[in-house]
Amino acid sequence: MNPLSNYAFLDESSKREIRRATLKAISIPGYQVPFASREMPIARGWGTGGLQLTLSLVGKGDRVKVIDQGADESVNAVNIKKLVSSTTGVEVTEFTASASLIQSRHRIPEEPLQADQILILQVPIPEPLRLYERSEAATRKLHSEKEYSGAYLILFEQIMRYGRVSTGADHPVMVNDRYVMAPSPIPRFDNPKMDSSDALILLGAGREKKIYAVPPHTRVVSLDFKDHPFEIESVEGRCCRLCGATGVYFDELQDNETGETFYQCNDTAHCLSLMNAEDGV
Amino acid sequence: MSDARAPGEDWVLRTNKLSKQFGDRCDLCRSVDPSVLERNFCPKCGTVYALRSVSFDLYRGEVLGIVGESGSGKSTILNCLYYDLEPTSGEVFVRDFEEGQTNIFSVSGQRRRHIRNHVLGKVYQNPVHGLRMRFSSLANIAEKLIAAGNRTVGDMEDRARNLLEHVNIPTFRMKEAPANFSGGMQQRVQIAKALSNNPPVLLLDEVTTGLDLSVQAKVLDLIKQIRRDFEISMLLVSHDLAVVRMLADRTIVMLNGTIVERGLTDQIMEDPQHAYTQELVYSLL
Ligand SMILES: Nc1ncnc2c1ncn2[C@@H]1O[C@H](COP(=O)(O)OP(=O)(O)OP(=O)(O)O)[C@@H](O)[C@H]1O
Ligand SMILES: [Mg+2]
Ligand SMILES: [Zn+2]
Repeated sequence: MNPLSNYAFLDESSKREIRRATLKAISIPGYQVPFASREMPIARGWGTGGLQLTLSLVGKGDRVKVIDQGADESVNAVNIKKLVSSTTGVEVTEFTASASLIQSRHRIPEEPLQADQILILQVPIPEPLRLYERSEAATRKLHSEKEYSGAYLILFEQIMRYGRVSTGADHPVMVNDRYVMAPSPIPRFDNPKMDSSDALILLGAGREKKIYAVPPHTRVVSLDFKDHPFEIESVEGRCCRLCGATGVYFDELQDNETGETFYQCNDTAHCLSLMNAEDGV
Repeated sequence: MSDARAPGEDWVLRTNKLSKQFGDRCDLCRSVDPSVLERNFCPKCGTVYALRSVSFDLYRGEVLGIVGESGSGKSTILNCLYYDLEPTSGEVFVRDFEEGQTNIFSVSGQRRRHIRNHVLGKVYQNPVHGLRMRFSSLANIAEKLIAAGNRTVGDMEDRARNLLEHVNIPTFRMKEAPANFSGGMQQRVQIAKALSNNPPVLLLDEVTTGLDLSVQAKVLDLIKQIRRDFEISMLLVSHDLAVVRMLADRTIVMLNGTIVERGLTDQIMEDPQHAYTQELVYSLL
């Protein structure tokens, strides 16, 4: 830890400002709160929003886990972990259950989160109506009037074009029956985990300078139509080649030699803990 | 009830002393004497008096033409009626909203949206304002249905296909975005969209302006056909008296934000009273 730099990189007033925005976000579930996003020593679009949330919250007793698309070992996740631990000295972990702060890009861990954990999701595009309305002033007005025809229109258009809702990820949700929210590019598979979550979920968009939140035990409903009900990606009949898990989100891989398709847990920490349990570790 | 109503009572939309200014006004133009204005603006402060106490009724099933030169305030009327602009003063009542008892400008938010989605349909002079150019034509129609609360894709697609067929958009192009269409086709998609929720009142702003003559004729035919097929009243704005003569039962003539003449279209054509109307009519002959 460099004694000349600030604890957790950001200066105290920046952290306070971020925490104030976070508190506001928690008190208005799903509402996008603007904040003065800072320059970060990682490239924008690589989780500067999530990182600022993490840095504003991390305290001496915390244990931090960072995942990128389910993997703790990706370059991006490792860089963020390095920055956090070198500026705070706090412990990092890969075990979901023992982390108090979990910063993630594009996934919610398989292991159900607990009341004493905080999940921080990195968000590239926080505005669920952006495809429908380019102007920020106009989308703000639509949110204030709870006018969400545009969100449904985007889904309708996908059904017209592709015969089904084609949101591979970032499928819009209604939070607390009030604000429609972009859940960040998590697969639809993870959307239900947001509903009545025991853990606090925070979402940060660095480039777009927005923070929003799903407080614990908040109702989160994925938008759909009566004749096109929301469905998660089917994982039926699949199991992890390494740990044997079923009913989790998989990466689809090809065996180089046989050319055969096989599946592997996308959440590497979960996979590892299942394998360890098997081995009696 | 409707049988007992006198013919003059059977209005579907009533506009009472509608006024719209652009600007802050000054001592000179605040004086009640309208002769201080130069055309429709104040020579001292530049405030534009786009509408000055405009009142008229639209009757059930009729086409009411609004004609007048550029800048006379025609679009401003429609923009106020569709909530695209907030009038400076005046009232508007629509029969299908709270029995015509409530001024539509006295309500806010959701009730305005209800009126826009259920009671009114509008076709803009420029299709860019009425359509989402990059969404499919089907989605464009569905937008109003979704806004009105429909959440069944199958229903909405059926309705959208029917309407697009009605305005002669070929089936194989319905999934295309209006951005790819000709001006005439875009106007027809707009008309289908405006009709989507079966509104009792249709607002048409210069639907044929800027189209080739042959395309104009087709759009005018379509409006005639819609009038036959749907029980709908129309406010038809045009600077072109020929268009109004072809479609409107009654006509209002606007000049500098005021109505200078009104009556049956035939009568106005045969015996125009106001000097401005005479000029318009004679130029047509
Ligand atoms: N946003 C605005 N700000 C200032 N003045 C405006 C605005 N919109 C309209 N006006 C003025 O109000 C007057 C009426 O305009 P309006 O668009 O209603 O005319 P119009 O009869 O529809 O004309 P056209 O035939 O050219 O479409 C014009 O003098 C116009 O310049
Ligand atoms: Mg106009
Ligand atoms: Zn003045």
